[in-house]
Amino acid sequence: MKKDLLGIGDLTRDEIYLVLDTAEAMREIGQRTIKKVPTLRGKTVVNLFYEPSTRTRTSFEIAEKRLSADTLNVAVATSSVLKGETLVDTAMNIEAMAPDVIVLRHASSGACHLLSRICRSRVINAGDGMHEHPTQALLDAFTIREHKKRIEGLKVTIVGDLLHSRVLRSNVLLLTELGAEVWVCGPSTLVPPGIERLGVRVSTSVDEAVKDADVIMMLRIQHERMNGAFFPSVREYFNTFGMTPARVAGAKPDVIIMHPGPMNRGVEIASEVADGPYSVILEQVANGVAVRMAVLYLLVGGAED
Amino acid sequence: MDADRMSKSLARIAHEILERNAGPTGDALAFVGIRTRGVPIAKRIAAAIRDINGHEIAVGALDITLYRDDLMRHAVAPQPLVRRTEIPFSIDDKRILLVDDVLYTGRTIRAALDALIDFGRPKAIQLIVLVDRGHRELPIKADYVGKNLPTSLSESVQVHLSEIDGKDEVEIRES
Repeated sequence: MKKDLLGIGDLTRDEIYLVLDTAEAMREIGQRTIKKVPTLRGKTVVNLFYEPSTRTRTSFEIAEKRLSADTLNVAVATSSVLKGETLVDTAMNIEAMAPDVIVLRHASSGACHLLSRICRSRVINAGDGMHEHPTQALLDAFTIREHKKRIEGLKVTIVGDLLHSRVLRSNVLLLTELGAEVWVCGPSTLVPPGIERLGVRVSTSVDEAVKDADVIMMLRIQHERMNGAFFPSVREYFNTFGMTPARVAGAKPDVIIMHPGPMNRGVEIASEVADGPYSVILEQVANGVAVRMAVLYLLVGGAED
Repeated sequence: MDADRMSKSLARIAHEILERNAGPTGDALAFVGIRTRGVPIAKRIAAAIRDINGHEIAVGALDITLYRDDLMRHAVAPQPLVRRTEIPFSIDDKRILLVDDVLYTGRTIRAALDALIDFGRPKAIQLIVLVDRGHRELPIKADYVGKNLPTSLSESVQVHLSEIDGKDEVEIRES
């Protein structure tokens, strides 16, 4: 593996499978009475989060603690960032205290690449703007593989706000690399131009996109990144693109429904679907810890190039 | 050591285990094999005991990678592969029979003991190895040994098992 995990593009196909296989072993640790192994004893991990996050930050922190790393969280709301410090200055100051890993979430695409160039510490991207969220895609792949025993040849349909989604990009890169047939669907105002060049099929009809799907992955409508009117109303969005039991019925009988969270119930997904029998949304959260343990283990001890 | 010698050694160990753990205590026994080759060896000894007295003894699998003492010391090679630990029973108050193929420096066993303690508090842990090749670096000693094989440090000892390698054999190579 490379020094940092900035995006799925950094990983070869074999490395993706190595992360997934290692995560299988890591998951067992979470089922023990003593949920801890000594592997990263004496290593320091800084979780630097410039955007709100519940799942990802908690998940990284639990993963770090289960591997016995010392962890600390820099919550931007209480940090010098509010006094005007730049990302680079903050990073250099944290770097001066010699952490081994920095986990960064930032609203700007490319923030992790910037950090990667100036830091000796290993950098893990926990979501940068509208660019990538690699550990989310890895945990999604892990969850899919667990249910379907494979990824190659599956029809995976991703529905929602394609334009603002880093989860979409990471998932498309990973799933196409592993040979899945990926369909994306959303209102034309939220379909990034040229997305078909990533090797996906594009549709603005949910029913067409969902037909015979093995996996349906919903994306959140990201109100906070929208500075314009992309669709007339939330109600109309739900009527046209919301995932309802009737729409799920068009997919394969054993379809699984995924959502990276946080969910907007009644906007992109109906509660009956989110809480329904096909939903694996909470399994995704559980698997996130194992996948992040695998990434930390493989990066921290791995070769430096 | 060929297939015939190997199966005789394992049968003898099965008898020794029963002899040593006999008595009125009635403590439950359980095998834990160290991945990779400790697991099939543990299964073979469990099968030998079943042939002797009809008792079924549980066999677990332990991967010690995350407990190794050399993991983070040289960041030059890729990390060793972590495989799944499967101990589907409580080890509390049991006599655990820990199984590995080759006993050498003792560092693997040290890691395995630490890992086992994280799973509970066994009544006792006894160590079974197919081959003891000497050169200990830690104060660790096996309770049951298939064969003592004096070796030099420049040699390497490879245990081949039919379950994994398609044949039963212990091979010493000049490395």
